[in-house]
Amino acid sequence: MTTSKFSHMPVGGYFGPYGGQFVPETLMAALHQLETQYRSALADEAFTRELDRCYREIAGRPSELYFAKRLTEHCGGAQIFLKREDMNHTGAHKINNTLGQALLTLRMGKKRVIAETGAGQHGVATATVAAVFGLKCDVYMGSEDIRRQALNVFRMKLMGANVVPVTSGQCTLKDALNEAMRDWMGSVEHTHYIIGSVAGPAPFPEMVREFQSCIGRESRRQMLETVGRLPDVLVACVGGGSNAAGMFAPMIDDAQVAMVGVEAGGRGTKLGDHAATLTAGSPGVLHGAKSYVLQDPDGQTALVHSVSAGLDYPGVGPEHSYWKDTGRVHYTTCTDNAAIDALVLLSRTEGIIPALESSHAVSEALRLAPTLGKDKIILVCLSGRGDKDANEVAEILKRRGE
Amino acid sequence: MSDVANNRISGIWSGGAKAKILAPFLTAGYPSLDATVALLRDFERRGVRLCEIGIPFSDPIADGPVIQASFTETLEKGLKLSQVFAAIRQYREQGGQLALACMISYSIVFRHGVKQFLADAKSAGFDGMIVPDLPLEEAKTFEPLASSAGLANIMLIAPTTPAERRVEIARHSRGFIYYMSIAGITGERDRLPEATISAVQELKRETATPVCVGFGISNAATVASICQVADGAIVGSAIVRRITEAKAKPLAEIVGHVGAFVGELLKGVE
Repeated sequence: MTTSKFSHMPVGGYFGPYGGQFVPETLMAALHQLETQYRSALADEAFTRELDRCYREIAGRPSELYFAKRLTEHCGGAQIFLKREDMNHTGAHKINNTLGQALLTLRMGKKRVIAETGAGQHGVATATVAAVFGLKCDVYMGSEDIRRQALNVFRMKLMGANVVPVTSGQCTLKDALNEAMRDWMGSVEHTHYIIGSVAGPAPFPEMVREFQSCIGRESRRQMLETVGRLPDVLVACVGGGSNAAGMFAPMIDDAQVAMVGVEAGGRGTKLGDHAATLTAGSPGVLHGAKSYVLQDPDGQTALVHSVSAGLDYPGVGPEHSYWKDTGRVHYTTCTDNAAIDALVLLSRTEGIIPALESSHAVSEALRLAPTLGKDKIILVCLSGRGDKDANEVAEILKRRGE
Repeated sequence: MSDVANNRISGIWSGGAKAKILAPFLTAGYPSLDATVALLRDFERRGVRLCEIGIPFSDPIADGPVIQASFTETLEKGLKLSQVFAAIRQYREQGGQLALACMISYSIVFRHGVKQFLADAKSAGFDGMIVPDLPLEEAKTFEPLASSAGLANIMLIAPTTPAERRVEIARHSRGFIYYMSIAGITGERDRLPEATISAVQELKRETATPVCVGFGISNAATVASICQVADGAIVGSAIVRRITEAKAKPLAEIVGHVGAFVGELLKGVE
């Protein structure tokens, strides 16, 4: 597998031309320490055993592979399977990564963790592991997202985390990331920054993808066990891209498996109306890595929009940029409205209320299924459940008169 | 390379000159480009020899709240990089002789294309580059390009930088070395950590390149104490805060208010 053209190991922190470490010198020592500890942890059986135990006993893994029979019949085409990351403890795939990074934090002897969060899922997953392992926890969250995701804010506080409102910039995910990075600049000696996506400086993109790869590894095994073959198409939503990277990476060398990443198409194609970084952006540098970004011609980060707080981000993980350029993964978009439609349909046909983020992936599956034969299989990464979005969705449906 | 050795930054300490400098920081275009140019002239008249010009960026990581707010406000007014270059060119055409270092995020440099950016910055009248999010590993290809464009690539060292790496950064830094007195973001502090003085002394023993210290310096006393061991003190947030205080006033009053503060700070290097 290591000889793959889509090699899983970045070279010097780079996936092709993407990645790197574009951060102030102050953070370099911490990144070097993290990289060393991460490599030694992966090679340490005791660490991987403990991580497996945490996956099982805390996250509730493995997550189920579910055949969406009624949804498949509704679409009238390819069979749609769902990887039920929504059934994980805390309600999304984010816990996979925070468990791994919390164990690393303990290994480094650090006592405090910080995190950025958009939809609040990563914040909740970080607050959870902080409670489990007795770490102090501060979560940076844009004030606009705090408004949209009140339930998750409450959950974090209940578990003992401090939620720090971010009022700079657009008051959303990217600004929360800036603030967390600033905190880390001054606290790096005793604090670990648990980045929530496959973004940021090396080794975060590779490390977060590794901790999320349980999604794809389990899926691969479960498909072979239940259907006897791999799926024809994998579909996952892409904001920063962690659930997609975790689903895609373990099957990246299975050439027969097509892969589709779904970005937030928002309310239109004009810059500022969407968060479709790979589809509409160009290579740039943001938050410590070279990758596709949404920028204006002067290099300033563009405004972004998505109905989903978790996809509302002007950057994307560098490995996705590499997969886009090499053509291994196809990236497309789904509008706010189409995501809402998919959320409603999945709720009615399967009794599963997906997160708004995951609804983008469901929508693409709905579009694809009728174009493929009934013998084909689509596997959707259902990255999270929609409880957190209930208020937002209720308001939108009310406005639409539904 | 010869261009860099002869440029205005290197010239300050050329021939083993023991100059101690105060390097004020200005956010380009804050509150206007006219004010930036007027402040440069005022600083020059007062005896400043080097000034840092910060290019506003939407997502600064190393800058504290004062400088970040100035960036946000300037960008909201629609400032473009080409306008900054035009203002610096105007300052030069009118005889301005300050050494100017362009402090900028690599995001912007990369977007414009590295070679194009360096050529444009040089032709506008800049003498050096400070790119805080371009550490040693990423700067190894950047530094020669800056040098051949005639720009000194000034590199940063942090209190968290290990000793061996510090020497390596010093070896690659051109013009001077920017030592960050604190692990954290820019902003005013009452006094510097004790460790800063000894860290700078150690660094001075390791390199012949001049060392200027920044982050957290906000008064003449601190400037004086840091300049006992360093070759210069960089003051950012304290100056930008004074611009913020006066920004609604007429240009002459802004210049008077900020200039008077810089005059105070200069006493620290006399």
